Amino acid sequence: MIINHPLLGPRDSEEFVYLGSTDLINRPDWESGTAAEDFHQYQYIRENVAGDNPELWYHEQGDQSWLVVTRNTLTHEIKSVELAADYARRMGRSK
Amino acid sequence: MSKVRYSAFKVLKEALSGHKGWEPVWRDAEPKTEGYDVIIVGGGGHGLATAYYLAKNHGITNVAVLERGWIGSGNVGRNTTIIRSNYLLPGNEPFYELSMQLWENLEQDINYNAMVSQRGIMNLIHSDAQRDAFVRRANSMLFADAGAEYLNQDDIKDRYPFLDVKNARFPIKGALSQPRGGTVRHDAVAWGYARAASNLGVDIIQNCEVKGFNIDNGVCSGVKTTKGDIKAGRVAVCVAGSSGRVMAQAGIKLPIESHVLQAFVTEGLKPVMDNVITFGAGHFYCSQSDKGGLVFGGDIDAYNTYAQRGNLPVVEDVCSGGMAIMPMIGRARLLRSWGGIMDMSMDGSPFIDKTEINELYFNGGWCYGGFKATPASGYCYAHLLATGEYHEVASAFRLDRFRRGAMIDEKGVGPQPNLH
Ligand SMILES: Cc1cc2nc3c(=O)[nH]c(=O)nc-3n(C[C@H](O)[C@H](O)[C@H](O)COP(=O)(O)OP(=O)(O)OC[C@H]3O[C@@H](n4cnc5c(N)ncnc54)[C@H](O)[C@@H]3O)c2cc1C
Repeated sequence: MIINHPLLGPRDSEEFVYLGSTDLINRPDWESGTAAEDFHQYQYIRENVAGDNPELWYHEQGDQSWLVVTRNTLTHEIKSVELAADYARRMGRSK
Repeated sequence: MSKVRYSAFKVLKEALSGHKGWEPVWRDAEPKTEGYDVIIVGGGGHGLATAYYLAKNHGITNVAVLERGWIGSGNVGRNTTIIRSNYLLPGNEPFYELSMQLWENLEQDINYNAMVSQRGIMNLIHSDAQRDAFVRRANSMLFADAGAEYLNQDDIKDRYPFLDVKNARFPIKGALSQPRGGTVRHDAVAWGYARAASNLGVDIIQNCEVKGFNIDNGVCSGVKTTKGDIKAGRVAVCVAGSSGRVMAQAGIKLPIESHVLQAFVTEGLKPVMDNVITFGAGHFYCSQSDKGGLVFGGDIDAYNTYAQRGNLPVVEDVCSGGMAIMPMIGRARLLRSWGGIMDMSMDGSPFIDKTEINELYFNGGWCYGGFKATPASGYCYAHLLATGEYHEVASAFRLDRFRRGAMIDEKGVGPQPNLH
């Protein structure tokens, strides 16, 4: 697979490390009353999407940026690539 | 219903009478309008074994196995056929040992030649730390009566001169061996269980995809399929790599991610390797099929996928692992490669459990190691379905174990499915 890095252009997916779906950005609040259950969901339960899946890839052998790669899990086709920081801000986070 | 018993005498008799007395191996069925006591979703090894043991051990024969494609089209026909019971943890080892004992009697039990070959499995050791870890595992195996042997470098050099024992990065210092491990003809496992279950009255319904569940007030009473609705007293899901997609139809999310694992086979060669060799440090394992092909594999592709094909970087990775430890493999031509979808769980161990919906049961999370588990998985799942109780060797395989902090993490890598 070729990942079209927003800053570096097309790169071989071998340069990246895969973490998982972008749900992992939304770490629950440890002070919340439901923290134990929230962390169980966050850590262990997966959507396991069949179709377009926004996911976190780390450019370890490159500029060490975190990217959000939206990839179809049925075909391996990559629909879009952006910096994870941009994605998180768009989702309403501060960073 | 085929009641033909296979034997040497039968083969001889048929040879002399023009092979007119053979019958289809199992009966191809259509759904009964009145429904079933138990519907099993998924006609892989585990689903077919579950149907067989429901009928044989518990007398429950009003059972249907619903298969989306044809039986054996999933992982049961895609794996590298290795069986072993060389696990460390108490939640796993007695279960896999039960499976090994069932393999040892399978062919007599179901009257089908599954080519069970206890040729032995050997896990290579390259460092003192790895030796300590494997010796510990061997002790756990001995406790479970699975048998284990330690081989030193000379034993290995004599038996397998083609191994690069002096490899600069991964010198071979020894190996953990389980002489009772080996291989089994995978398709024959699907066909053999299908035939045995069908003979006891189980309906095997192919080209019948489950598209949803009929659930009222938290009770499951049947399934919606491409052949219409089918009623059931109990529904047992057993779809391996499709677990996430199928359980989502019941609104249940799982501690599972789907990943692809690839496998490879070379052209047929003369016999060189009489057992299974694993090179865990280099992510490579290999055995030789009875046709002579070297059957080998390595790591999963490491990203979520439902596509039954992998990518080239893993091909390179696996082949370079092979070249490092047994350079002679470079002389063989690669004949075929393929992929199958793995239901990778959060601790690398499986589930055989009830769900939050009454009469809906779940079996999955077998990762890349569920073929060896086929007999025990069917045996213990049938036990749960028939009695409502967890079989003692499968009682740890619960869906809520993460919430309870009771993971069964053989590798100790934590909730990162692509590392198990
Ligand atoms: C390349 C590879 C190598 C492997 N090597 C080994 C090995 O050496 N040793 C080992 O122990 N294990 C190995 N495994 C793992 C092992 O093959 C699996 O864990 C095991 O086969 C899974 O159980 P199963 O046989 O029931 O699965 P499958 O055969 O995949 O059965 C599941 C069935 O469910 C059906 N299904 C899915 N969705 C639906 C639906 N909606 N409705 C109806 N039916 C449906 C599918 O079509 C499929 O036939 C390997 C796997 C792969 C891919």
